[in-house]
Amino acid sequence: MASAGETQTVSEYIVHHLTNLTYGKLPAGFERYDGSIVGEGGAWTMAHGGAEVSAMGFNAIHVDSMMWSIGLGIVFCWLFRSVAKKAESGVPSGMVNAFEMIVGFVDDTVRDTFHGHNKLVAPLALTVFVWVFLMNLMDLIPVDLIPHTLMLLGVEYQKIVPSTDPNITMGMAVGVFILMLYYSIKVKGFGFVKELTLNPFNHWIFIPVNLFMEVVGLLAKPFSLGLRLFGNMYAGEMIFILIAALFSAGIAWMVPAGLLQIGWAIFHILIITLQAFIFMVLTIVYLSMAHEDH
Amino acid sequence: MNINLTLIGQMLAFVCFVWFCMKFVWPPILAAMAEREKKIADGLAAADRASHDLELAKEKAVERLKEAKEEAAGIIDSANKRASQLVEEAKDAAVAEADRVKASAQAEIEQETNRAREHLRSEVAALSLAGAEKVLGAAIDREAHSELVEKLASEL
Repeated sequence: MASAGETQTVSEYIVHHLTNLTYGKLPAGFERYDGSIVGEGGAWTMAHGGAEVSAMGFNAIHVDSMMWSIGLGIVFCWLFRSVAKKAESGVPSGMVNAFEMIVGFVDDTVRDTFHGHNKLVAPLALTVFVWVFLMNLMDLIPVDLIPHTLMLLGVEYQKIVPSTDPNITMGMAVGVFILMLYYSIKVKGFGFVKELTLNPFNHWIFIPVNLFMEVVGLLAKPFSLGLRLFGNMYAGEMIFILIAALFSAGIAWMVPAGLLQIGWAIFHILIITLQAFIFMVLTIVYLSMAHEDH
Repeated sequence: MNINLTLIGQMLAFVCFVWFCMKFVWPPILAAMAEREKKIADGLAAADRASHDLELAKEKAVERLKEAKEEAAGIIDSANKRASQLVEEAKDAAVAEADRVKASAQAEIEQETNRAREHLRSEVAALSLAGAEKVLGAAIDREAHSELVEKLASEL
């Protein structure tokens, strides 16, 4: 276990691993970790510890999540853009072949699931699939490697798996939700209102009941989409951290902890791919539902 | 679990990456794949066509071969016929020539015979005259008796 100090307990270790590197605005009058008081109008600063993070509330940004997420997004764009440049109708080779296989797979999935005409859905599905997969893939990097290295360089907190941050998963889910609403209104027009008010009981008396049920059902979609990914990845990351903590339990625990680490990592290869795939398929399905006019 | 500005940031990043993918990644890759698909389909069709053509060509070749064989047999036949005809003609010509030679030889022989006869006749006439002169011991008037002698000679 690579710990910050000799006196760090297991729970401190875990909490440390689950804290984001946060930049935000501390409210006026807040007493900082070093005893100083935040002045009039608040102050934008790096958070130092959980208490400061919670004091920042909404006015904060997880620097590590954002950086890893955008960085991986750029990796995705760069990889696929380079393939797109090389792709031609001749015999594909090596990397082009592998990436075309992913594109073909996504294209097939979209064709099977989505029956409307929309040029956005397939690229959206590809972006979601590969980006989420790359974010999940960070989970397979040993939990202490990058945070500890960065800590030696003076960065206090580092969470390298963006998809274990609910802000990231919900950010994408809300993005999908906005698209759902946009296309629902665009395709169905007034029919969308009818769908919300006259389903499942087709009588004006039941409009409030219908509206309540339909809105709950509608809102459940982005929530389940974002929280499913977050929950799976968070739990997976948690188990990696617990296994890592097990290494510190004594020399006798080294071998079983190592075996557990390997076993869980192998199993996790399945989970990260599956979660990326589920996120993609649900995105397609939700958008498909938004396009279906009854 | 605290929701904060990261949510907004991620949404913006999401929009950017999806836009990038839609603009610069998806269309070229899919276009290349579609074009390749078409190329392969065309290639397969061409291969089909080619094998069909090959089949046809084979059939044609067999037919041509048969025709050529028939033609060759015809030519050989007619050549044979012509050869025997030539032989026949040559034979006829030879026979005719032989006949002609024989006829001319015969004519010549006849001529020779006649000439010899004439000669003999005249000799006989002279001889008989001389004989008669000797026998009679007197000259015979050639002019007076030549008619007689001529008569005698022609009787020979």
